[in-house]
Amino acid sequence: MTLKANNRQVDGVTVVDLNGRITLGEGSIILRDTVRDLLGKGRKNILLNLANVTYIDSSGIGELVSAFTSVRNQQGELKLLKLTKKVHDLLQITKLYTVFDVKDEEADAVKSFPKSA
Amino acid sequence: MDSRAKTRVTYTLDSTLESVNRAEQTAFEVAGRWGFDEDSQHHISMAVREAAVNAVLHGNAYDPNKKFFIAYEMRPESMVITVTDQGKGLDPQNIPDPLAPDNLMKSSGRGIFLIRSFMDEVTIKNLDPGTEVTLVKHVGREAANSKEG
Repeated sequence: MTLKANNRQVDGVTVVDLNGRITLGEGSIILRDTVRDLLGKGRKNILLNLANVTYIDSSGIGELVSAFTSVRNQQGELKLLKLTKKVHDLLQITKLYTVFDVKDEEADAVKSFPKSA
Repeated sequence: MDSRAKTRVTYTLDSTLESVNRAEQTAFEVAGRWGFDEDSQHHISMAVREAAVNAVLHGNAYDPNKKFFIAYEMRPESMVITVTDQGKGLDPQNIPDPLAPDNLMKSSGRGIFLIRSFMDEVTIKNLDPGTEVTLVKHVGREAANSKEG
């Protein structure tokens, strides 16, 4: 299953609903292009909803790290929402869980972004 | 007689991402047939995927003239998977630690680490040319019971 990414605006935050697999190849490229496109439009508050991401490989993890760094370099913030157990475990194993700001509830996540960015 | 003894199947695959996906799927199915639970199936298939990615991307460098090989050997006490490529070879002593502070935010370099995290034993051998990665998952009580039932 390839990755699908749908964007919506919620109180100044771009919520990206991801659905599918973030793996080497198409999945990673779709995520990369999505974040690049949002930054190009000046949307620097990005919440990646991973509730329906069924699988991430090492390339996908790398892409999340790259996205995080790209957004931060533009003085924005990228946060993660609703990790599945598999993704949660992967971020724990790779010690990235504490690097990302991970949220369970969308409303709380949206409120946590700075209003000015 | 244990039906799992002396069973070995080898797949020859093209150096493509499609082969990587197929290898992952096959590993999941083989592990399931062997009685591993879903978590173990996921770990085994992910380890195979990462090893296959290394073979295709870093080993064979997508060279259409080079193949990679995945062998599944079923032993009574373990599942042994060998992934071999025809690339330039990998120095197992020179694999950076992705958990090191300087590497934590790098966008690559986690494949071997994940393989080691998910399997019980991992051996990397430089064949010069080529790399052979051997992955071992021990059969747990749950898997053994499933097969005996």
